Amino acid sequence: MLATVLARLMQMAFVMFGISVLVFLIFFATPGSDPAARIAGRNAAPETVEQIRHEFGFDRALPVQYGLMMKRLFITRDLTSFVNRGQKVIPQVLDAVPATLSLVAGAAVLWVLGSLFVGVVAAAMRDTVVDRGLMILSLIGISMPVFWLGEVMNLMSQSRFHDTWLFSWVPGLGYVPLSESLGGWFKALVIPWITLAVLYIGIYGRILRANLIEAYSEDYIRTARAKGLSPTRIMLRHALRTSLLPFVTMFGLDFGALVGGAALLTEVVFGLNGVGRLTFHALQNLDLPVILATVIYASFFVVAANALVDVLYAVIDPRVRK
Amino acid sequence: MTLLAVENLRVSFASEGGPVTAVHDVSFSVNAGEVLGIVGESGSGKTLSLLSVLGLVDKRVTTVTGRAVFRGRSLLDLPDREMRKIRGRDIALISQDPMTALTPVHTVGAQIVEQIRAHEPVSRAAARARAVELLRDVRIPAPEKALDRYPHELSGGMRQRAVIAMALSCNPALVVADEPTTALDTTVQAQVLDLLPLRQSHGSSVVLITHDMGVVAEMADRVAVMYAGRVVETGPVADVFNDPWHPYTGGLLASIPPLTGARQGRLYSIPGMPPAPGTKLPGCAYVARCPAAMAICHTPPPEQMDGAHRSLCFLDAGQRVAARQKVGAPA
Amino acid sequence: MLVLLLVALLTLLAPLYAGYLGVDPFRSNLRGKVEIAGEVVQVMQQSTEGLGLGVTPIGPTWNPGGYMLGADNQGRDVAARLLYGGRNSLFIASAATVICLVLATLIGLAAGFLGGVVDMALSRILDVLWAFPVYLLAISLSIVLLTSTIDLGLFTITAGSLALPVFIIGIIYVPYVARPVRARVLTLRHSEFVLAAVGLGLPTHRILRRDILPNLMPTIIVFVPILLALAIVTESALSYLSIGVQPPDASWGTIIQDGQTLLYSRPAVALAPGIAIVITVLALNVLGDAVRDALDPRGQVR
Repeated sequence: MLATVLARLMQMAFVMFGISVLVFLIFFATPGSDPAARIAGRNAAPETVEQIRHEFGFDRALPVQYGLMMKRLFITRDLTSFVNRGQKVIPQVLDAVPATLSLVAGAAVLWVLGSLFVGVVAAAMRDTVVDRGLMILSLIGISMPVFWLGEVMNLMSQSRFHDTWLFSWVPGLGYVPLSESLGGWFKALVIPWITLAVLYIGIYGRILRANLIEAYSEDYIRTARAKGLSPTRIMLRHALRTSLLPFVTMFGLDFGALVGGAALLTEVVFGLNGVGRLTFHALQNLDLPVILATVIYASFFVVAANALVDVLYAVIDPRVRK
Repeated sequence: MTLLAVENLRVSFASEGGPVTAVHDVSFSVNAGEVLGIVGESGSGKTLSLLSVLGLVDKRVTTVTGRAVFRGRSLLDLPDREMRKIRGRDIALISQDPMTALTPVHTVGAQIVEQIRAHEPVSRAAARARAVELLRDVRIPAPEKALDRYPHELSGGMRQRAVIAMALSCNPALVVADEPTTALDTTVQAQVLDLLPLRQSHGSSVVLITHDMGVVAEMADRVAVMYAGRVVETGPVADVFNDPWHPYTGGLLASIPPLTGARQGRLYSIPGMPPAPGTKLPGCAYVARCPAAMAICHTPPPEQMDGAHRSLCFLDAGQRVAARQKVGAPA
Repeated sequence: MLVLLLVALLTLLAPLYAGYLGVDPFRSNLRGKVEIAGEVVQVMQQSTEGLGLGVTPIGPTWNPGGYMLGADNQGRDVAARLLYGGRNSLFIASAATVICLVLATLIGLAAGFLGGVVDMALSRILDVLWAFPVYLLAISLSIVLLTSTIDLGLFTITAGSLALPVFIIGIIYVPYVARPVRARVLTLRHSEFVLAAVGLGLPTHRILRRDILPNLMPTIIVFVPILLALAIVTESALSYLSIGVQPPDASWGTIIQDGQTLLYSRPAVALAPGIAIVITVLALNVLGDAVRDALDPRGQVR
């Protein structure tokens, strides 16, 4: 048991290390470009560039550069943005976490419930009009770019139908901290939640349906039917329980990726100042230190989510437990 | 007393090339307290017939016609809700492969308790106590512990015992055992078969589906031989084994090595393959492989009858003996 | 399938539409003038659509003379940009798909066939890449590529060229394809006929070409529509974040971005390219389902 946990931690550390090296190489070791000039931002004075070159150790060997960078990210935590004149990067990222977390967590609740509904209903009513309808809707959901759907949502809720009873409650774009007002937080996030969840309801609903249909051809479903159980019980306790395994794996990965910044399109469209939007703004200013920090932050969440999935897996599937 | 009477059962599937009939006019009956063996090779429709009677086939692609009367109720006409009450309580199923017959994510105990509580208003604790007794009946060591095991933690033989215990849990009047030993080692097979007499203490009849004539000889009171979706011969085990009327039955018997007598040079094996499902044959489906085939065999064979012994074949008594000698079967 | 052909055809016919307008640009221009009530009309030359009309704001019209979807904030014909943008979107998606499949096949072959240390190293790298959200990977790559010209030895990618999103999208989905390809190569490597070929002492390149590659094709083909769909959506997202197609070139993503500022006044600018994306990607996904059902009945590919 202890060995497994240790091996798992080692693996986590390896993946995080791998990602940080990868990002570092992309940023600072791409051939034919000067990383110092890039960090300094557009139109920086030559002295600044020179200062940066020295400070980040770009005049030294690559491993030293990597070490210095990690030290500034994790130990001294004083990585500063040059584009925004010396603003510390790490607190900026930490400030943005609650908005991202709120967005992703709410959307996750919606998409888990939504896709369970879609998958179970479609599988139970397989080959009927309901099944086909749900599958076409899911496919449309998958095919819509999330930022575009967000714009359409904004168009309806902020402009075209804002004055009708349907959307009159929708506040202007932006994030309202949970500590400020529960209702405000909720209202500000409902539309973004739905927008972000649509894609995942489509993906998960389709996969769940396929898994359920596969499960229904298994012998143990026949046994369950031969036992005289009700269709609902067979679906929920036997078919769904066994079909949840891939579902959980995917959920962990996607949740981690979204908290890690993959939700940036949604954040940008709805003006939620989360980590993704921070990355986006840094991107527009070419503010390299901020991007570096958010990307490393993302890797942490991805890896943590992976580990969490393993634990959940053991809870759901007795075969994994040892 | 007849417990289950199946008459003119016909099962067909919707397929891309139109409907394919897999079971043709199958009739058989099971009396209270007896064991009926249904024999045939894979694809002969023996499992499908029973699953259709139990309503366990996929209704969207399968059409089932005919009659199946169980204790005076016509099973094929019952609404799903009523059928569910019969399944598991009055008629239980033991599946072929114990490896896949149990849901992997629930303990053995939970699955037995689930069945008991689906049919009887008993408490969880009472159902659990009964599950322990059942596991003890099927001779699983340390039944209290085994109850909390997951299927993958038990060996194949133990799992099949658990499946049998589950099937017997509501004292069913009829147990359908679908090749209960095929997937097991030979030594375990014998042990599991030894459990079937348990039915006496539970008062159950058994339909034993198998492709093994030896198992039939040992376990069954009556036998029905199926070939290509038809019952080609049926009767009391002693009659059928001593005087097989249909050449196919003769062939099956001839493929068993005899325990006594001179050693044969070479064991008989039936030549050729059964016809593919969906092939339309006007006469006997066995004609292509039959050692005694005649021109008339390409027209529908008549049903010959002598008491409980029946067969679908043109051969008369003399011709049968000649046909049997060809394959070296007991004359 | 039909829808796909139609979309492809429409984008190929883009010059025709623009040419039609080019023949007769002044009529629509005049109409525009009336709407803006005397504002100075500036005619701009845009590289792709070849004509740009500095006329603000014009809504959608049914006039065959032009501006069927109205104009954007620079007075450019949205319908024309939509068609030209579609060309870019489809080109980028196709090129990226090809790059991704080639890279993934090479990596999968190397890892699966050579095994040992090569497999270990490649699989680890793929795992790390896989664990990384694709958009962040794309952002990391693009910020570097956007700020400087990259010399890859064989070819050079200049900032702002269409090759940039092609390159990025082609790379980020490599793990997605390479892992299943590797798994398939591994099964093939241990299949009877390959073992027999190895036993006969046939040269490796021959085995790879004659035995492995043909049997790998179904796995690869299954990915074509899926990757195309992913690439179109990803391209639009990158362009929306202004790290994909760079102005003055257009793509469906950049048009949506252009339309964002006009969202409440002229929604057609942002809606039209989005609908184009949805229709194309939807068609690709339907095609993908069909291909998968035909080639991968056991559903190894998600």
